[in-house]
Amino acid sequence: MISKTFTIINPTGFHVRPTKAFVQAASAFPCTINVENKGKKVNGKSSLSMLTLGIAAQDEVTLEIDGEQEQEAMEQLGKLLTDIYE
Amino acid sequence: MTRLLHGINASPGMAAAPILIYSNSQPVIEESTVADTAAEIERLQVALQGARTELEQLRDTVKAKLGEEKAEIFEGHLMILEDPDLIDAVIEAIQTESINAEYAVQTASSSFIEALKQMDDEYLRERAADVSDVSGKIIRHLSGAAQTDLSQLTEPCIIVANDLAPSDTAKLDMEIVKGFITEIGSRTSHSAIMARSLGIPAIVGVGTLSGDIKTGTLALLDAVSGSVILDPSEDQKQEFAGKKEQYDRQQAELAKWVNRPSLSADGHRVELAANIGKLEDVQKALDNGAEAIGLFRTEFLYMGRSSLPTEEEQFISYKYVLEKMNGKPVVIRTLDIGGDKELPYMELPKEANPFLGQRALRLCLERPHIFRTQLRALLRASSYGNLKIMFPMIAVLSELRDAKALLEEEKAKLQGEGIVVSDTIEIGMMVEIPAAAVSADLFAKEVDFFSIGTNDLIQYTMAADRMNETVSYLYQPCNPSVLRLVRMVIEAARKEGKWVGMCGEMAGDESAIPLLLGLGLHEFSMSASSILPARAQIGGLDRKRWSELAEQALTMAAQDEIQDFVRSQS
Repeated sequence: MISKTFTIINPTGFHVRPTKAFVQAASAFPCTINVENKGKKVNGKSSLSMLTLGIAAQDEVTLEIDGEQEQEAMEQLGKLLTDIYE
Repeated sequence: MTRLLHGINASPGMAAAPILIYSNSQPVIEESTVADTAAEIERLQVALQGARTELEQLRDTVKAKLGEEKAEIFEGHLMILEDPDLIDAVIEAIQTESINAEYAVQTASSSFIEALKQMDDEYLRERAADVSDVSGKIIRHLSGAAQTDLSQLTEPCIIVANDLAPSDTAKLDMEIVKGFITEIGSRTSHSAIMARSLGIPAIVGVGTLSGDIKTGTLALLDAVSGSVILDPSEDQKQEFAGKKEQYDRQQAELAKWVNRPSLSADGHRVELAANIGKLEDVQKALDNGAEAIGLFRTEFLYMGRSSLPTEEEQFISYKYVLEKMNGKPVVIRTLDIGGDKELPYMELPKEANPFLGQRALRLCLERPHIFRTQLRALLRASSYGNLKIMFPMIAVLSELRDAKALLEEEKAKLQGEGIVVSDTIEIGMMVEIPAAAVSADLFAKEVDFFSIGTNDLIQYTMAADRMNETVSYLYQPCNPSVLRLVRMVIEAARKEGKWVGMCGEMAGDESAIPLLLGLGLHEFSMSASSILPARAQIGGLDRKRWSELAEQALTMAAQDEIQDFVRSQS
């Protein structure tokens, strides 16, 4: 299992569009992907659960990835977390 | 198979179109146990697929019609529909607890809805509504009732629903939706009010419709008589088309009169007012172009309850009507109970002749505490509009004087309490007892106006109970004796510079209107639906000519003769 923390810089946090991009990318990987924000950890392949994290700009979000292709997933998803969408 | 439905006319009009059965209600979900959980999961999968197809179609239509941006909301819905955490929670609940899919969907989605509602970010909080929308769709697919999106209708239709919510009616395209039929509701339910404001015909409260009624069945909606014919015969279709054409033509003609003043052909101005018996009637009066409320019957405040209405309750009702009329005159009649209207909690003694007994003002003067409460409520409301107070059933001057004295006492008390009371309240009386009509000259000196209550004036003049069928031939509005009394009242008032109105059925009767105009009646108060036809009729009458014709008519001996004469001269 690998884990890494990212700072969200998208000004409006993580609304539907970024969440959708993230979840679609995460769902393509066979490994388990968990996302943690402010002490709450959820399944990174569920957009509803991701929305309940209430990710805002400047939040420190940790990705915990376990299983096949975990390195590749971390690289790609970390990039999506730190993108600017607006 | 042809079927006939009856309901309440919520918004008048006629329409013929295929029906569209619309279900918006979140069905009540009951938890139940399922034996075969695998079959239940299969049922869930089918419903999910159905909901997905529906959403994809919706997305594509909206994208084509309104553009990519508007379609994004449905992309979001599709994402929720495919959410693994949601679906896994549903499947797990079915497997481990052996519960029905509907209940599992509701439970799983409500935990997400609750979590989203707690978010700090307003945008995320609003997503709770999306989850609720999607779970509702899945549940409707499970229960077999697919929902139609009302904003996406393309073919003319009449919507049939249990009831319609504001969010539903907001989406309607009036070019397409020709009418509504709802199972529940009253004239004041949201769908009824909406139908009236949109000006489309609606019938509400037709009762529970059985499942064999299908979308696409032709309906003839007649919201004038309050009936619907489903799957009509050719004859019924033709007859309806004829009625509709005539109705539409009439309405178009009448609509022109809503905002016009009530003027005779030679420019004489009268006032066309509405009789109301409950608060909802005010809007109808305004919609029909009423220039005033000529009779506000206050009995409804006292009926259908177990104790007297308080001063505050009455005040709120009076204030509501005065404010709603926005400065237009409102004649409020004090309590007219007894006679045929009984109130159990008042323990009125049984009388041999209730119409000749202790009713209306007679009762109020005998039980002044009841009367004073009403007078106080009226006086307090007076500063919110153009109030006129009217006393019913006066036979002798002392009754009028006693009533006015009580009013003055309450006014002084209120002013002593620092409450603002209008200085310009006109005080009037009903003229419904022949004694008052004959001596109208004496009464005219002590009131600001008269309102002739013809329903009672006719029965007291002719000594014929209007409820008794065997003497109903004597109930004659255009009887010379009745018309002569009307003339006496108008003449007496004119000499004192006071105005006269009429608030019985006769005021809206087309065979009486020319005579009443000719005799110099100032205010005609009638049921709201009669106002526009009356205004159109008066617009075609020459008042000077009818003054002469009325004098001629009053020399005739019988009602038939007078009515024939009016018809021949009109």
